[in-house]
Amino acid sequence: MRTEDLIKALDADISSKAMPLRPAWWLAAGAALVIAAAVFWMTIGPRPDFMAAAHTMRFLSKFVFTIVLAISAFALIRALSTPGASTARAVAWMAVAPLLVAVAVALELFMVPEVMWSTRMVGSNMMICMGFIPLIGIGPLAIFLWMLRYGAPTRPVLAGAVAGLLAGGLAATFYAAHCFDDSPLFVATWYTIAIAVLALLGALGGRLFVRW
Amino acid sequence: MTGKDEAELSRLMRAAIAGDEKAYADFLHRIAALVRGFARRKIVQGGVDPEDVVQETLLAIHVKRHTWRQDAPVLPWVYAIARFKLIDAFRRRGRRIEIDIDDIAETFAEPEAETVSDRDVNRALDTLPPAQRSVVSAISVEGRSIGETAAKFGISETAVRVSLHRGLAAIAKRFGQGRFGRQ
Repeated sequence: MRTEDLIKALDADISSKAMPLRPAWWLAAGAALVIAAAVFWMTIGPRPDFMAAAHTMRFLSKFVFTIVLAISAFALIRALSTPGASTARAVAWMAVAPLLVAVAVALELFMVPEVMWSTRMVGSNMMICMGFIPLIGIGPLAIFLWMLRYGAPTRPVLAGAVAGLLAGGLAATFYAAHCFDDSPLFVATWYTIAIAVLALLGALGGRLFVRW
Repeated sequence: MTGKDEAELSRLMRAAIAGDEKAYADFLHRIAALVRGFARRKIVQGGVDPEDVVQETLLAIHVKRHTWRQDAPVLPWVYAIARFKLIDAFRRRGRRIEIDIDDIAETFAEPEAETVSDRDVNRALDTLPPAQRSVVSAISVEGRSIGETAAKFGISETAVRVSLHRGLAAIAKRFGQGRFGRQ
């Protein structure tokens, strides 16, 4: 088939429609949110003293970290799924969540006596944290990987990893409402590991499934 | 590439997405010539046929056209896809190349004519179900219209459009997975 002939076929197919990538990403984000919420409510749900906890800085700070991570990852993944789109600014924003966590850790180390550091870090339910963040995030990750296939990421492995960070940020936001360990020392350790698991799965998914 | 070319190509692509076949054919011809020049300059040793890269890029542009934001310039989007497909072609054949993004603008400069030989797209076409394959062949190789193809096979125009669309999507997917013919 000559290129000339191929062009005839492509031209005859111009009337076929597909949803533009931007609205499709918002739709996917909505679906991911619904799935994460459903899994969260059906399994662990929020902690009983949620309303009281909502008045403490440490509890609220968890949501700041995870929501900032999710928002910055969402911006980056949309850029990564569009060929030729500039990613520099979105990459820079990805540093914000880790920086906030680092600042919070530093403050915590100042405020809490050294003997309590390890207790705060180990917390009371790190295994639940490590299990449920990936569990809540796996559905959203599948949706985001599917969206990467729908898009056209020229760096599929990186895009897959960012899909994992996005799923992780989303899942951790829900999980934070359940978790009793509010210390930044706990968050910086176990949330990070749990989210990294999703990022790794995402990178693997990007490598294996995101071909176009 | 000048700003004028960019503006003209963006205009053609917007018209194409709005359903203008003539604008789309014009756009694809120009892009094919540009990508051909790019691929020929980049492929210095054998193993990869530049025309295969041209065709894979055109197919990718077609099936991924919903990823182009209509308020963004179209050429960076085209370059990124062409570069991805070129690297992919080398990777499939077990070679590694590094492409400097900076020379793309320059190497894209001159349109070039096509050479004819056996094509990856033919091998991908051969893997399609018979109905899709005959529709895609009728419209491409035989140059028939949708209406003529419908009459030839005694099916509706809608059925022709569906087969064509699915067939092209399947070919593009085969390319993406590197699952066709020659290795």
